[in-house]
Amino acid sequence: MIVNFMSILQSLVSPNLLTFSVAPLAHLRPLDIAVIAIYFAMVLWIGFYLKGRSNTGEEFFMAGREMTAWIAGLSFVSANLGSLELMGWAGSAYQYGILATHWYWVGAIPAMLFLGLVMMPFYYVCKTHSVPGYLNLRYGGAASRVAAISFAAEMILMSGVNMFAMAVVMKVVLGWDITFSIFVSSVAVAIYVGLGGLRSAIFNEVLQFVLIWGGALLVPILGLVQTGGVSGLKRQIMANMQSMTGVSSDSYFHLWRDTGHFASNPMGVHWTGIVLGLGFVISFGYWTTDFLVVQRVLAAHNLRAARMAPIIGSFFKMAVPFIVILPGLLGLVLLQNGDGTRRQLVGEDVVAVCSLDSSGQVSDRTGCSAAMAKTNLTAASQQKVLAGGDDAELHSYNQALPLMMVRYLGPGLLGLGITALIAGFMSGMAGNVSAFSTVWTYDIYKPMIKKNGTDSHYVLVGRLSILFGVAVSIGAAYLVMHAHGIMDYVQALFSIFVAPLLGVILFGMFWKRATALAGFLGLLLGIVFSASLFMWVKLVPSALATVALSPDAKPMAENVFRALWAFVFSAIVIIVVSLLTKPKPVAELDGLVYGATVLPKEEPVPFYKNVWLWAILAVCIFAALNILFW
Amino acid sequence: MHGSGIQIWFFIGVQLLIYGVLILGYGIFEAVIGPLAPVELSYLHTPIWWGGLLTVLGLLYVVKFRPGRAAE
Repeated sequence: MIVNFMSILQSLVSPNLLTFSVAPLAHLRPLDIAVIAIYFAMVLWIGFYLKGRSNTGEEFFMAGREMTAWIAGLSFVSANLGSLELMGWAGSAYQYGILATHWYWVGAIPAMLFLGLVMMPFYYVCKTHSVPGYLNLRYGGAASRVAAISFAAEMILMSGVNMFAMAVVMKVVLGWDITFSIFVSSVAVAIYVGLGGLRSAIFNEVLQFVLIWGGALLVPILGLVQTGGVSGLKRQIMANMQSMTGVSSDSYFHLWRDTGHFASNPMGVHWTGIVLGLGFVISFGYWTTDFLVVQRVLAAHNLRAARMAPIIGSFFKMAVPFIVILPGLLGLVLLQNGDGTRRQLVGEDVVAVCSLDSSGQVSDRTGCSAAMAKTNLTAASQQKVLAGGDDAELHSYNQALPLMMVRYLGPGLLGLGITALIAGFMSGMAGNVSAFSTVWTYDIYKPMIKKNGTDSHYVLVGRLSILFGVAVSIGAAYLVMHAHGIMDYVQALFSIFVAPLLGVILFGMFWKRATALAGFLGLLLGIVFSASLFMWVKLVPSALATVALSPDAKPMAENVFRALWAFVFSAIVIIVVSLLTKPKPVAELDGLVYGATVLPKEEPVPFYKNVWLWAILAVCIFAALNILFW
Repeated sequence: MHGSGIQIWFFIGVQLLIYGVLILGYGIFEAVIGPLAPVELSYLHTPIWWGGLLTVLGLLYVVKFRPGRAAE
C-alpha cells in the first residue's frame, strides 16, 4: 500500500540513476513496441468515445453514477494497483519474505469489507460528491476545507511524483529518455481524463486491471514450473536461507509467527503495529476515507452495487500477492547472472553508490566496497562488481519483477508486461487528477469562489482543472528531479493526513455527539501532531525507537505506529472538544450518522446476490489464508 | 455499465483479441523459425498457449458485448 510507496519512490529516484549511464534491463523489439502503441491508441479511443457521455457534472465527475458493482469494484481495487506497488512489493517480498503480504491482506481486506457493509450507506445516501463533501455536510465548511485543500495538494503533488517515478523506471528498465516518458504519459492522461472525466478514468482502470493480470501472471506460473511448485521453491530457499537472505530461520514463510518481537522477523515489526497501525488506522484510513478510491464506489448505480463493489474488490485484492509476492520469492532462487551464478539483489543505496561511469567502472570504489560489505553479496560477486565490465552492475530489490519478466517473456509478451507497468502508472496519475478535479471543483471552487455557477460552468472548470493539474504535476515531476529532498516531504503527505481524517470521519459517522468545532480541530491538530512526529524522526533518527516503542524497530514500524498515535491524538481532541461544545440537533444528522439515519430498504434479492453472504465468504478466505501462512 | 453505447468489456475484448492474435502469431513463427530472443523455458512455447488464451477470451468478450447486442 501507499506507505511502502514512500520508500519505493525514494529509492527509485536515486540521483546516480539519472546521472550515470545504466544499461537498460530489457530490449524491446518491434512487436513489443506495437503492443505498447496499441495500448495508447486504445486509451485515447476510450477518451474520445466517452467525451459525448460526459457533458453534465454528474456524468463528468461521478461517471453518471451508472457503474455496476463489478466495474466499480475492479476500478476500486485497480486504483491502488499501480506499477510502483507491483515492483515495490515484489522487491519487499524478495527482501522480507511473505511478511509483505500483510499489506494486501490484513492491511486491506477488513477495511474494504467495513466500507462496503457499514460506511457505504452513509456516503451513498447523503449523495455527496466527495469525502470533503461528506465532512461539509457533517461538520460544516471549516473541516471540509482543511480536508479538501490538503487532499487536492496531495493529489497533484503525488501525481507529479508518480509521473517522475514512471519516467525513472522506464529509463532503468528500457533506457527511455525521462522527458519523453513524462511528456507522452501526461499528454495521454490529460486527453483521456479531460475528455471522458471519471468514466474514462474508471474504464481505463478496469482495462489496466486486466492488462496487469495478462502481463504479470505468466511470471509466477513459469517460475513455479521451474522451481517444481511451491514446495520446491520453499525447499530451495530453505537450503540457502542464510546466504540468500541473511535470515537464519524460516521467518520468510510466516505471516504472524515471528511478529511477537521486533527483532525476530526480517521486517522489524511487531504484531500490535501490524494489527492496530496497519490493519486499523492506515488501512481503514486509506480504503474508507481516501477519496481517490472511495470516488470509484460512489459512482455505482445503486446502494446495493456500492456496497457490493468493495466486497468484490476484496477477493481480487486477496489474489494480488500471487502476481506480486510470489515473483519476489521466486526471484530469490531463479535470478541468475550471465555466467549462471545466482544473482543477488541489493538495496537502491548500494546500487547508487556502485553505479558505473561511462567507461564501465565503479566510480566510487571505496564507498561501493563499504556498502557491499553490509550486504549478503558473496566475496566473488563483490570482486566482480569492483572489477567492472559486462554484467558487473548491481540490481536492486525493486527490479525483481522486471528482471523476472525479462527472464521469461519473449517478444510480444514482454511488451505486454511493460504495457502492464505503463498502464499501472498512467491509471494512477489519472486517478490522482480525476479526484483532484472533483475536489477542486465541488469542495474548493464552488463554495469559495463561485457559488451559483451553472452545471456546464462547473464541468468546464473540471476539465480545465485537469489540464491545470497535469501541468502542475509535470512541474512537480521536474522539481523532484532537481531537488530530491522535496520527495520525502511530498510522499509523507498521505501518511500525515490519513490518520486524523480517519478519526474525524469515524467519529462523525458513528457518534452523534461529535460537533463541528471538534471535527475541525481534530483534523487540523491531528495533522499538526502527525507532521510533528514525522519531522521529529526525520531530524532525530533515534526518535524512531520512541515512536515505534522499541530500539529494534525499523522504518516500516515507524509508519504504522506514527499513524496509530496520530489517530489516538485526533480521537482525544474530538472527544474532549465535543463534550465541551454544543452538538447539532439529531434531526440535522439524518443520512449522515449511524443511529440518526433511516437507511432505504433494499429490494429483495436472491441469496447469492446478498452482500453479507459474499462478505462472510471473503472473511472465511481471509482467515484461512492467514492460518495457512501463520 | 448501464445504458446504451459501448461497454468497457467490449474495449477489453478488442484489446485482448489484438494482443492474442499478435502473440499467438509470434508463437507460431517462433515454433517454425526459432526464437528471436532467448528466454527461459522457451520449449514450453508460452506465446502459443498464452496468445491463444488471450485470443479466445478476447473473442468471447467482443462477441458477447458487441455494440448493439442488447438491442437485438
